[in-house]
Amino acid sequence: MGNLLYSIFGDPFAQMWQMPDFFIQVIWEGFVSGILYALIALGFVLIFKASGIFNFAQGIMVVFSGLTLVGLHELGVPAFIALIITLAVMYALAFVIERLVLRNLVNQPDIILFMATIGITNILIGGGQWMFGGETKTMITSELLIPTGSSVWEPGGGLVIFQHIDIAAAVIAALLIVSLALFFSKTKVGRALRAVADDHQASLSVGISLNQIWVITWFAAGIVALVAGIMWGARSDVSFSLQIIALKALPVLVLGGFTSVPGAIVGGLIIGIGEKLFEIYWGPLFGSGVEGWFAYVIALVFLLFRPQGLFGDKIIERV
Amino acid sequence: MKDQVEGYVTNDGRRIGGIIMEMKNITLRFGGVVAIQNVSFDIREGEIRAIIGPNGAGKSSMLNVINGFYHPQEGEVWFRGKKRPSMKPYEIAEQGIARTFQNIALFKGMTTVENVMTGRQLMLKKNFFWQLLRVGPALEEEVKHRRRCEEIIDFLEIQPIRNTPVGSLPYGLQKRVELARALAMEPKLLLLDEPMAGMNVEEKEDMSRFILDVNDQYGTTIALIEHDMSVVMDLADRVVVLDYGKQLADGTPDVVQKDQAVIDAYLGVEH
Amino acid sequence: MFYREAGQFKTSYSEYLQAFPLREDKIGMAIWLALAVFYVPFFGLPGLEYTFALNAIMIPVAIFTITALGLNILVGYTGQISLGTGAFMGVGAYACYKLTTYFPDVNIIVIILASGFVSAAVGALFGLPSLRIKGFYLVVATLAAQFFLEWCFIRVEWLYNYNPSGAIEVPQREIFGIVVTGASAEPATRYLVCLGILILLTIVAGNLVRGRIGRSWMMIRDMDIAAELIGVRPLRAKLSAFAVSSYYCGVSGALMVFLWLGAAEVESFDVNHSFLYLFMVIFGGLGSITGSYMGAAFIWTFPILLKELGKRLFDIDPIIMENVSLVAIGILIVFILIKEPHGLARLWQLGKQKLRIWPFAH
Repeated sequence: MGNLLYSIFGDPFAQMWQMPDFFIQVIWEGFVSGILYALIALGFVLIFKASGIFNFAQGIMVVFSGLTLVGLHELGVPAFIALIITLAVMYALAFVIERLVLRNLVNQPDIILFMATIGITNILIGGGQWMFGGETKTMITSELLIPTGSSVWEPGGGLVIFQHIDIAAAVIAALLIVSLALFFSKTKVGRALRAVADDHQASLSVGISLNQIWVITWFAAGIVALVAGIMWGARSDVSFSLQIIALKALPVLVLGGFTSVPGAIVGGLIIGIGEKLFEIYWGPLFGSGVEGWFAYVIALVFLLFRPQGLFGDKIIERV
Repeated sequence: MKDQVEGYVTNDGRRIGGIIMEMKNITLRFGGVVAIQNVSFDIREGEIRAIIGPNGAGKSSMLNVINGFYHPQEGEVWFRGKKRPSMKPYEIAEQGIARTFQNIALFKGMTTVENVMTGRQLMLKKNFFWQLLRVGPALEEEVKHRRRCEEIIDFLEIQPIRNTPVGSLPYGLQKRVELARALAMEPKLLLLDEPMAGMNVEEKEDMSRFILDVNDQYGTTIALIEHDMSVVMDLADRVVVLDYGKQLADGTPDVVQKDQAVIDAYLGVEH
Repeated sequence: MFYREAGQFKTSYSEYLQAFPLREDKIGMAIWLALAVFYVPFFGLPGLEYTFALNAIMIPVAIFTITALGLNILVGYTGQISLGTGAFMGVGAYACYKLTTYFPDVNIIVIILASGFVSAAVGALFGLPSLRIKGFYLVVATLAAQFFLEWCFIRVEWLYNYNPSGAIEVPQREIFGIVVTGASAEPATRYLVCLGILILLTIVAGNLVRGRIGRSWMMIRDMDIAAELIGVRPLRAKLSAFAVSSYYCGVSGALMVFLWLGAAEVESFDVNHSFLYLFMVIFGGLGSITGSYMGAAFIWTFPILLKELGKRLFDIDPIIMENVSLVAIGILIVFILIKEPHGLARLWQLGKQKLRIWPFAH
């Protein structure tokens, strides 16, 4: 019994203390995956804020956009042209989804819309596999000017390795988040998006075209998905299993609230870092693979005590 | 003056019993907003009690307190001579209190008769095993209560829409179905939240008639929130008037109608 | 003129409350039943090779209909979204495996029905959060169950008898001398056992949903606050939904491994399968028993038939057809959500109504 208590409450912290460089490495790894979770979650938040829809297809959009980029490049298209074409494809996708799906499901309850996005997920998986094949692909990095290689830090004789690509991912993600924040607060379209997020009827009455806003929102989510796809793919290849990893964005949203951009970031970091720490330091107690469920269990515990997340809106039930 | 414990008989021969529910100094707050402030009144068995007042006066909140859905920060609710502790909504239902809602809380996925049957939920007792089997005691019980529901449906004259999904019914009929469901619970105290809202004159007359019939035939005590003063005058035995959460008056309709504070706040002055 | 109610009067409430009050429906049911019990085991399906028809279509459809019934109880009747179906099936399968390992002489059907209870208990446990959490958030809780249980299926070696491959191998079991499970079990035998259990569980589901328990589920689904004010205890209603639903999933999981696949690995119970079952229920119709049948049959059979068609007519590679069917199902889901959110079952109902007044238009 004493042994067990120590291995839960003592040993892991002892290890952290004894090997601080490894601890920093773990934190860094968790930080980076946290940023990427946050990026994926950001896509969800964008769409949820503007249309109240939980876009289950966000995960597959990450994969699909990455695949499109790599696929085009494999056909011989130069990297940056391929990037532009992919962006155009994501726009077209947003347009088609708004036209064919969203417009026809306008007044339906949330669960119907959610299930429609599951249907869209299927279409994108099948379509993606059909067009690009099911094998894993390597993301193009140097062509996009994404640095590879690594820097080494040796604090006090220890060793911490920072992959340049991770640093690039963090920086790009930060830039993206800042530009989105500026977009929302400073531009006309951004303001319209916020209005729509607040109240559909009211925004209609001041002349905002809901349909246009939805296309823009889904396109923005598409851009975010593409960035996430590139970054994630660069770190660990592009394959359809990435779609399941994208499900991890759900616990992130639970922590951060479904409607909060800062929440998605904070939630992502908490999940990313927490998951890594748990796997490395407490994992041996359980056996490997705890990363698969840790985030969800944390989210579950959170939901029991604070259903609206850290930053989300409190749900009030009135009769 | 009316005796506290014993009841009395009204002019038209209805028996009104002793006090069954008492609100004592109820104060209810939502964050910084005071919805109800130090309100006290009682409800006698068999009577029709009205709660009136302008919008936002705290009437629905008051009903929710009686109902056990909201718990007042101060004050006590006494039911049948005993202080009622904070209870879960389903415990309140078990005590025999039923209610209808201003915005209609019917089960949209079911038909009229199915909705009315839901009111019998507490009276269906056969356990899980019999439910699996259905044939036998569970079916007998179902049939017995179905019969009773059909009687209520007859009583409220909604037979033609028995098998219509309630979502597609007009507002007035939905309100009647909701009343039927509440009646199916065979409550001792029936709370009606603006039963006439959104109805035209004919519908209001029908609904008033039903409310009186319910009180007459089943002896159900009724507390209702209502805006329409003429309805209140006709139906209610006693009225309590709220305004901004405070109690303005409490008494028979005649008395309340002439109360100066009530006139100032609510009824207005006749020109 | 074929589907007439006129002249069929009911003289008692119990007659009125029957599952199939109309004579035409009774006849229709009898025909389906006769075909399922007497035609299929001997002749398979028309146009398809016999073993293929049973092994690839009829047996899995029967099994997944049980799953769909279970999931429909939770999602369709009680309104609680769940993406943990795959894992609950796994619980049933592993429970069955362990039980039959410890009690190899007990009738395997008894074991299968018993392992459902294990699944029910686990389901009820993971259903506890539903008391605090509603709507989408519950998806997260069920995903927690899904991924945690998947992890358990790998890590808890006791579950698969410490088999180094990590998989379950189904032992041979007999009933009255007929081999029911294992490599030498005949497709027809396995099909009839699955069908029998399906019919039994359908009757039970039908009884539950028409009675007070089913009504309490639907009340929670439609407006849980009003339900509570009428006297429904949310704890009992929700947990009973999770328990019954998981029972069905557990039994279907055990059947899937023991009477269909013959072996199982964790992949058989993964989250992708959870989505598949959700599709079945959405497509067939939420809150409908008929819908569960239709959804399971369609979602399972459609890709297979598409592949067959592609192969026979155009000689297309099955993998391409697989992707085509994924796309097609996605499109069909979106389509049916737009056109008829209540699924195939509602379309069927509307069809029958048209049939009632045929040949008149209205």
